[in-house]
Amino acid sequence: MAALTEEQVMIKDQAVAWVTKKTPVKKFREMRDADLEHSFSAETWAEMAEMGWAGLLVPEQYGGSGLGYLTFGLVLEQLGTQLTASPLFASALVGASAIMLAGSENQKLALLPTIADGSAIVTLAVEETARHAPEKIALSAEKASGGFKLNGSKTFVLEGMAATTFIVAARTSGKAGDKTGISLFIVPADTKGLSRIKRNTLDSRGYADVVFKDLVISEDALLGDVDEGFGILESVLDRARAGIGAEMLGCASQSFDMTLEYLKTRVQFGKVIGSFQALGHRAAGLFTQKELARSCVEAALQAIDDSIDKDSGVTKESKAGEIPKMSSLSKCKVGDFLHAMSNELIQIHGGIGMTDEFDAGLYLKRARVLETAYGNQAYHRNRFAVLSGF
Amino acid sequence: MADSPKVLDEFRLEVRSWLASHFPASLSGKAAGVGLGTNIQGELADDAEQWRKALADKGWGAATWPVEYGGAGLSQKHVRVINDEMGKVGAFNPMTVLAGMGVTMVGPTILEYGTDAQKLRHLPGMASGEVCWCLGYSEPGAGSDLAALTSKAEDKGDHWLVNGQKVWTSGANIAQWCGALVRTDPKAEKRNGISFVMMPMDQPGIETRLIKLITGTSPFCEMFFNDAKAEKGELLGKLNDGWSLGKRLLQHERQSQTGEGGPRPVAGTRATLTDIAKDYVGTDDNGMLDDPDLRLRLAEHLMSAKAHRLTISRIAAEAKGNVKVTAVASILKNSATDVSQIRSELLLEMAGHQGIGWEGDAYDESELENVRAWLFGKAMSIYGGSYEVQKNIISKNILGLPETTQKG
Repeated sequence: MAALTEEQVMIKDQAVAWVTKKTPVKKFREMRDADLEHSFSAETWAEMAEMGWAGLLVPEQYGGSGLGYLTFGLVLEQLGTQLTASPLFASALVGASAIMLAGSENQKLALLPTIADGSAIVTLAVEETARHAPEKIALSAEKASGGFKLNGSKTFVLEGMAATTFIVAARTSGKAGDKTGISLFIVPADTKGLSRIKRNTLDSRGYADVVFKDLVISEDALLGDVDEGFGILESVLDRARAGIGAEMLGCASQSFDMTLEYLKTRVQFGKVIGSFQALGHRAAGLFTQKELARSCVEAALQAIDDSIDKDSGVTKESKAGEIPKMSSLSKCKVGDFLHAMSNELIQIHGGIGMTDEFDAGLYLKRARVLETAYGNQAYHRNRFAVLSGF
Repeated sequence: MADSPKVLDEFRLEVRSWLASHFPASLSGKAAGVGLGTNIQGELADDAEQWRKALADKGWGAATWPVEYGGAGLSQKHVRVINDEMGKVGAFNPMTVLAGMGVTMVGPTILEYGTDAQKLRHLPGMASGEVCWCLGYSEPGAGSDLAALTSKAEDKGDHWLVNGQKVWTSGANIAQWCGALVRTDPKAEKRNGISFVMMPMDQPGIETRLIKLITGTSPFCEMFFNDAKAEKGELLGKLNDGWSLGKRLLQHERQSQTGEGGPRPVAGTRATLTDIAKDYVGTDDNGMLDDPDLRLRLAEHLMSAKAHRLTISRIAAEAKGNVKVTAVASILKNSATDVSQIRSELLLEMAGHQGIGWEGDAYDESELENVRAWLFGKAMSIYGGSYEVQKNIISKNILGLPETTQKG
């Protein structure tokens, strides 16, 4: 754990206590088996908002506490340990980041306070293809009288069924693959021409496919400049990557702890299996990976915090340069660890790891979804190379 | 607060101006010329000696040690500022090499366990780089299983009589002093009955012989004790309690091995790994390396190196600047080993047939250096507790898993 401020320690302790008491993993299992429409418990979400977690990023003048990304990460990590389902990440981190980075004063006033109090769920709709490729956006936004007309579809939209507002990356010029010609729009979920359908992923969390058919939206809905949305989109995605890294770290750390506990208690051949060197060395290797991953996750979140001017809340370009590389580093390293850890979780538990009754499978399933979101390890290894100039 | 940012900023300016007036520019980036017990030779010899003296007078050769023992009584944060500023001008601390195992390992252990007399006798010579130390640990029958050592010291009333054989001793042929683990109670169980004894190398009872390595060089020795003598007052720590002291000393060793190895290149004097890759491998129209497989492994390596460095900073930050030597050093040593060995393998692979030369004009100096560094780097996962021993330490001491090795 990074050297934390008193405030951060307090929020971390609060998160540990709340998650332990209110949302142990059996709550997630209950939610899964209850087949809720939004794939999270409304009561859980309300409590999170009540504690102020939805406003952790939102600056004070818009109703939040503006405590920053590393602090948010401390909470997400704890939620990751028990697979707690909620729209907190999708809305209060990704949605809030988009508005904070590119919103006009009116847009900020309209959306940030409602994000911060949990009454709005603002989510980013970016993916269109099977693999993460933000520059390949094809959903079209044509100029129409007084605004734009959107046609196309989005997939794998986080909390897409519960969302009250979508931030939609659309193409206003050029063709799929061009980095210019992408624009971002704020689209309320109840806008005519928008329809959504639940997407059942293996982690039982909330996703949707969203279709836009001749959806007309006014000029005011534009987030940032027309055709120049790719830079903002990448900035939002980098914050999403760094943020989800914290949840991945929590998910993987819990998998590690469960495995370590099993190594110390399961007896075979008359000994606890942790006394076998083949297993002790694997645990040591995973522990090393865990510590390295934690350093990357915290450094990426810290890099984002360091780029924000404390007084004005404005991003300092001079400091923001490291964020893309650090986000890719974090997503890749914690992704590699989570991948290996979730497989070892099953393997070291043996037969019981294969049963639905035991929790290991829940972590394995969540792991693959988290790895896939916002670019998997291969995506970020390649991106890191490109950003390093080779 | 002694280490407040303001104090450190002022200290930084002080270091900067002191370096400007004391560090000879001719030595910039020449750290590699310093050898065990032997300062830079040739035309730079006078400058190098002048620099050593200046640094010794300032107490910055072992800056965290108390002033009365040749140090400067500074905090770790101050030392980081010194290192940082030295790095910027290509300056270096020669004492860590000149004193052999003195400043980095034996010294800190003497500070922790030694008597006042031992501290006064031994520490100043290490801190000034004038006395070189070697360390007798491994034996032919005691490598990873160090507690199996059989060299012994017998109490002869006014002195200790030492007999036995050590191996893999760095700088035994050069050192003036030696610290060695020896058995002082032959009847005790394996790990009890061991003591740490210090003795001068210049005596008839000690012989050394160089060992030639696969690199073609001989950085290590065998060391034979035949009725060697140590003064009665030169037992470090308690009698028969040398095992825990010796393990503690190894933690200092690991701590000093948690960097990625080799002298740090001075900015601008050496091409980055990426530049070297582009140079040998070439790039396509998009600037991507022409070998896609190598390209991703290079990216993976650079990320691992970054993760390793971030972990060192994180552990330092968590300790609030006072870096404690803990079991966590074991994960850093293995991680440093991974990073360092993979880097060497990549350098070799990138250069193709230019990467596999042994000697001659067909290869440039850096190509030949890389080959030696690659070969020598194989030792990194063996010395100071092998890769596997580190994993035992992690699983037992950090994770609390039951003992996997045989009980001693």
